[in-house]
Amino acid sequence: MRIVDPTDERVPIKRSLAKRSGTISGSVALLDISKPRGDVLIEQIAARLREEIPGVEIHRYRKPTFTKPAPEELRRQIAKESDFVIEALAD
Amino acid sequence: MTTSQTLPAFALKDSVGAERKFPTGRHALLCFVKEDCPTCQLTIPLIEAAHRAFGAQLDVLAIGQDTEGNAKLIEKYRLTTPLLDDSALKVSFAYDLDIVPTIILCGPDGNELRRFYGFDKGDWQGLIAELGLITAAATPKIDWTAYPDQRPGCGSKSVEPEIAERLEAEARGDKLTARQIEIGAEDPFEFMFERGLTDGLPVIPPTPERVMRMLIGTRRDPREVIAALPPNMGPATVEKIAANAVMAGCRPEYLPVVIAAMEAIATPDFNAHGIMSTTWGATPVIVVNGPIRERIGMNMGMMALGYGNRANATIGRAVKLTLRNVGGARPGDIERSTLGAIGKFTTCFAEWEERSPWEPMHVERGFKKNESVVTVFGLEAGSRQIADQTSRTAHALCGSLGLGLEACWHPKQHGTGEVLLVVCPEHADTIWRDRWSKAQVRARIQQVTSRPLRELIPNAESGEGVPLKALGLVNPTPEQLEQRIPKFRKPENINMMVAGGEAGKFSAVFAGWVSGPMGSSSVSRKIEEV
Repeated sequence: MRIVDPTDERVPIKRSLAKRSGTISGSVALLDISKPRGDVLIEQIAARLREEIPGVEIHRYRKPTFTKPAPEELRRQIAKESDFVIEALAD
Repeated sequence: MTTSQTLPAFALKDSVGAERKFPTGRHALLCFVKEDCPTCQLTIPLIEAAHRAFGAQLDVLAIGQDTEGNAKLIEKYRLTTPLLDDSALKVSFAYDLDIVPTIILCGPDGNELRRFYGFDKGDWQGLIAELGLITAAATPKIDWTAYPDQRPGCGSKSVEPEIAERLEAEARGDKLTARQIEIGAEDPFEFMFERGLTDGLPVIPPTPERVMRMLIGTRRDPREVIAALPPNMGPATVEKIAANAVMAGCRPEYLPVVIAAMEAIATPDFNAHGIMSTTWGATPVIVVNGPIRERIGMNMGMMALGYGNRANATIGRAVKLTLRNVGGARPGDIERSTLGAIGKFTTCFAEWEERSPWEPMHVERGFKKNESVVTVFGLEAGSRQIADQTSRTAHALCGSLGLGLEACWHPKQHGTGEVLLVVCPEHADTIWRDRWSKAQVRARIQQVTSRPLRELIPNAESGEGVPLKALGLVNPTPEQLEQRIPKFRKPENINMMVAGGEAGKFSAVFAGWVSGPMGSSSVSRKIEEV
């Protein structure tokens, strides 16, 4: 018996994780996804970063809504301005 | 039967691979047969006799419906008559055959002179005599006493279930272009499970024949991309949707509903990415309006939100399977609901417009009453029932419905978005006795659910509720705390429809998810019927 493939046939694009350097330096993006208390979590992370890695530059970003993927423009901006990203889910 | 119809031209290969064309420029006798038909076997010696007697002056062409059977016939009857291979059944289909044997006498230009089917001794005697007149050749000696007067024929292979639909689709020019997978000797049902193609229940294997048959349900090109489906933005072609509709158990006439639903689901307004990936148990809740409800036998009465109706069950399932298989929304992968809900298998039903005192939902949304429309809502994957067996006025009953709606999401969550309220017929009757419009029902729900802010603030008793921050308040004044907030942001967020059995004072609600531009908004699409 033969069947018609009911799935997406495209070969998925292979994305590899960015190289892990083992240390954090430069700029870190903190992305709040707009879930309740995401800001609380982000604030905690920012405080810890300032405390433990004083030289690090912190950039804040916020998704318009947690229900949708981050807009393309925001993703580009984060990639351009930051070396690291921490995304807070929260609740 | 005498006609002057010109028959379709064809070219078929005979048993040695030589191409034989019709019309031949001479009189011809076309004899459609299949080997496993006893009446065809009875007829073969007469066809051979006609060929031997008249073959010099006219063309006797036997046309067999399967290759192996043709070989058997040639061997068994030592046939000298050309036996053409119509195992693709294209000529049988073009000739609109129902029965084999079918015998057609044609003139030199391919015009039909005489046609009969099955076996009738009188027909054959008349035919042999006529062939003698046409050719002026001696008629063969046939022992007619060896033949019965009549025998019914068998069904032509071209009208067998599945084959007929495939031929119809092929004749329209439909072609499958998706990759095909050879299952080999494996159990096809187990194969579907092992490949992760099902929702946990068995699916019908989407063989090319079944997919071709499904495509009869739409005029769209099988290659047309209906939508890019989140989360992977997989291209949902008509063919892929048809394959998933086969798997779900749909009939071809359901396919236009599935296609329209997929179009609606793929809109940015609906936000399928969010609906499919949220930890809340949301799903596309599909409502069908318009004449197609009756035509495809949807349930809008007793158990409309339950099970037991093929159209309701399989349309919703086809949508979910397509989201899974083409969009990539798989539980545990991108689909990450904490608990899920049983409605994630399928949630689809129709509005009982004829039983509703109000205008149907699709008319409210700007469509014509005689248009068939599908509306998708991003809502909780299961309804909850609201009982009121004693209210006798619209005011009291809608008060009860409002209090029932209070529990959606969380009783202290106010200012929420869309829900779908399914009003049962007995409740609709009670409301309509007072001639209340939908607007009045909605206003009453907003009235009865309005609570002062102080009751809705998260506190030690219940930490959920309306956050002050969302209202731009830090230290609210006593007046601000007394401000009353209705359950829904806007009365129109209460979508209303009528469905359900004649007996029982139980309506139902599908609670919402994050609603509006920051989440999901309901979307309607017209259904394109064939």
